[in-house]
Amino acid sequence: MELTTIWFIAVAVLFTGYFVLEGFDFGVGMLMPVLGREERERRAMINTIGPVWDGNEVWLITAGGAMFAAFPHWYASLFSGFYLLFFLILLALIVRGVAFEYRGKGDTDRWRRGWDRCLTAGSALAAFLWGMVVANLVRGVPLDANFDYTGSFWSLLNGYALLGGLTMLLLFATHGAYFLHLRTTGALSDRARALGLKLGVATAVPALAFLLWTQIAHGNAASLVLIVVAVLGLLAGLALDFKDRSGWAFAATALTIGLASAALFCALWPDVLPSTSDAANSLTHENAAATQKTLGIMTWAAIVFLPIVLLYQGWTYWVFRKRVAVERIPVA
Amino acid sequence: MDVLDLARIQFGVTTVYHFLFVPVTIGLSLLVAILQTMWRSTGKPVYLRATKFWGKLFLINIAMGVVTGIVQEFQFGMNWSAYSRFVGDVFGAPLAFEALVAFFLESTFIGVWIFGWDRLKPGLHLASIWLVAFGTMASAYFILAANAFMQNPVGYQLNETAGRAELTDFGAVLSNPVALAAFPHTVFASWLTAGVVVVAVSGYHFMHRRDLDVHRPAMRLGVMTTLVGGLGLILSGDSLSKVMTSTQPMKMAAAEALYQTTSNAPFSVLTIGSLDGRHGTPVIEIPGLLSFLATGSFGGTVQGINDLNAQYNEIFGPGDYVPYIPLTYWSFRFMIGFGLLAMAMAVIVWWFTRRGRLPEHHLFWPVAMWMALTPFLANSSGWIFTEMGRQPWVVFSLYQTSEAVSPRVGAATVAASLIGFTLVYLILAVIAVKLFFKFAKAGPPGEELAMFTSSPSDDPDKPMAFAY
Ligand code: HDD
Ligand code: HEM
Ligand code: HEM
Repeated sequence: MELTTIWFIAVAVLFTGYFVLEGFDFGVGMLMPVLGREERERRAMINTIGPVWDGNEVWLITAGGAMFAAFPHWYASLFSGFYLLFFLILLALIVRGVAFEYRGKGDTDRWRRGWDRCLTAGSALAAFLWGMVVANLVRGVPLDANFDYTGSFWSLLNGYALLGGLTMLLLFATHGAYFLHLRTTGALSDRARALGLKLGVATAVPALAFLLWTQIAHGNAASLVLIVVAVLGLLAGLALDFKDRSGWAFAATALTIGLASAALFCALWPDVLPSTSDAANSLTHENAAATQKTLGIMTWAAIVFLPIVLLYQGWTYWVFRKRVAVERIPVA
Repeated sequence: MDVLDLARIQFGVTTVYHFLFVPVTIGLSLLVAILQTMWRSTGKPVYLRATKFWGKLFLINIAMGVVTGIVQEFQFGMNWSAYSRFVGDVFGAPLAFEALVAFFLESTFIGVWIFGWDRLKPGLHLASIWLVAFGTMASAYFILAANAFMQNPVGYQLNETAGRAELTDFGAVLSNPVALAAFPHTVFASWLTAGVVVVAVSGYHFMHRRDLDVHRPAMRLGVMTTLVGGLGLILSGDSLSKVMTSTQPMKMAAAEALYQTTSNAPFSVLTIGSLDGRHGTPVIEIPGLLSFLATGSFGGTVQGINDLNAQYNEIFGPGDYVPYIPLTYWSFRFMIGFGLLAMAMAVIVWWFTRRGRLPEHHLFWPVAMWMALTPFLANSSGWIFTEMGRQPWVVFSLYQTSEAVSPRVGAATVAASLIGFTLVYLILAVIAVKLFFKFAKAGPPGEELAMFTSSPSDDPDKPMAFAY
């Protein structure tokens, strides 16, 4: 296989991993005000993702670094073109990341409530904006001969992108609810399950519409297969949540997010950022790529280090596999 | 102000800000690892209490380092898209390596360390903080290798048709002499920074005569770290100066505002007169020191700004290749000066607290605490010197800053994000500093609590050792 193809897949895998992993911690953040009825419940919720959220975020940083190294033009066009979207994503991630660490370090309810709001708003905003980014990526944007984005911020706010944002938001919320059902105990877990059902149903409508739109406007055979299985995954998740099979329900939404993301990258292929103004200006996995030399080095690095990373990240999930019981949260 | 100015300000603001937290992370992770190792090997609870105390302050700090780092990662694409296209083939790889090798390690094991007190075997838990400390150093190395390419491009070939620098030798990029010299310098700076922070915080508790059993060993460790860091800084600074002179002679000339090529060039500690040193009168001068820093011999010849500018005009075409001299001149002095102040403070504190003594003067500790600012000022000055002294180049001799900016991003957009980041950063700075003080003042946990929260347990009803 061509190295540029391999790296297209690698970048897709990194972003997909990011969405699957950070997806549930975004979801937990969004559901804080809904599910956490009292302080210890909210703390239990945060503690389900406490040990892992930062590691999840590094998937994004690695995806960005890999994109920069393997496809400098993709990195340059995407981040300068979607400037304000990324600016807002960064603000959301900053506020949210600090909230994790700092909310427990004050004594007043006001302090904690303030950080909870940051956590919720940051998670929801980032989820929504990622949906917009991915949708606009697949849809394409006007590019000049230099591959620079020529549109305005407002043209990124099109219907398809907004639908993508809504889908991502709801999907992550559902993913988070199943995760909480799996990782907490007692009443909190039950409520997460009930909410997961409602959210699953609510997600199905925009997700179906968005994926259908994607398939019709940009799809190919591979994306069709992935989309069908992704939708089945979503429905299976609902059924499994209903049957109280928390682990499997969570696995099902993980599958849905993973396959939906894969479908979007398949729809994108062989472009990495299609141009809507002049097809000749489209960035493809070939004209956006770094040299064979760089790609070769990166390939070796990935072969050596990625398995190690997967191993120790997987190990942490195993170490912290025990459900977080509200009763075990120390009284502040 | 145009896009270029705004983008430059934004880069400066966000990077200097990121680098307020980074040295503390690099230094404190090591100190916490050492304290925890001391606890494991001696079994003395004071070390455990110290570990818990410094661990908490470390976490308050690292949270800021992490969130501001993400901005750094994406800023190249957002504001410097032309630059990213030009250098991506070379510059992207160290960034990707940093994430893959260092950030994953750091972020995963910091989570393991925070939440693992009662989940892991003590040896494994100790290993996790060492892995974090190692990860911070690895991340510093990779990012400095990336930065070194901008100071001294190596291991590349210019592809005229593609209009970019292309990688030919990754080994050369990673073993760039600038990176090899800057890495120890930055790590020593981090030790000095963390050491001074430890001295200042312990000093607060010395002043109030509280928990001295915990703070005494920490103070000793802090003083030692400061002095080792300081000594290392001087030695590594000396070798960095020589590397810099051979790779970017203009920067050395700019550091001294040396207009004429001079043998046996002095180093002026202080100059009055015009800020750019053109008509300055040096007040204090150390004969031959500049020559020594630049060449290793007091009689050596240091090229002056005028000669270099003339040379560059011949090589690169007509233009002005002189960085903004007032800034380079003074930032170089601030770096060294504030660093020396920090070291002096450590020596004085050590002298007055030796063998159980406690200084009596009521101003002693307040002054020592204010001195905690010095390494931060020195670090920022050092970086401002490094980056501004490279101007007008963004990649020295290859690519100018004015070409590097995103061509299609409007000034209003950059201004909006500059204002947004700056405001958020300001608010967060206030909060982080407040929290740091709050927990610094609160002091270490008592012995019972510390022991209770660090024993592995399978008891399902026992409260979690750590919860947000
Ligand atoms: C506490 C901080 C601190 C202290 C006391 C010093 N430095 Fe430093 N210096 C830094 C912190 C720093 C830094 C912030 O970490 C820099 C910025 C880039 C780098 O690699 O390190 C730096 C850069 C830097 C550079 C620029 C390298 C380049 O542009 O390529 C030189 C030549 C020196 N230093 C030399 C010295 C000398 C001769 C010192 C003498 C005592 C000294 N530094 C003390
Ligand atoms: C090690 C990784 C670093 C990289 C790759 C890097 C890269 C850059 C780039 C691309 C620019 C913008 C172009 C230019 O103005 O020349 C810049 C400017 C700047 N950087 Fe760095 N930098 C690094 C570290 C730092 C640190 C740690 C600091 C400060 C603590 C710093 C301070 C600055 C400042 C103040 C500017 C603005 C200079 C100007 O006016 O343009 N840099 N750097
Ligand atoms: C402009 C260039 C820089 C970029 C792109 C960058 C990128 C990042 C990113 C993405 C993170 C967050 C990692 C996480 O989520 O765990 C981070 C943190 C960190 N960075 Fe930077 N960084 C830059 C400059 C520097 C410099 C100059 C150093 C040291 C010499 C440094 C050392 C670190 C360290 C030790 C951390 C760990 C956490 C902390 O900051 O407290 N970075 N950086």
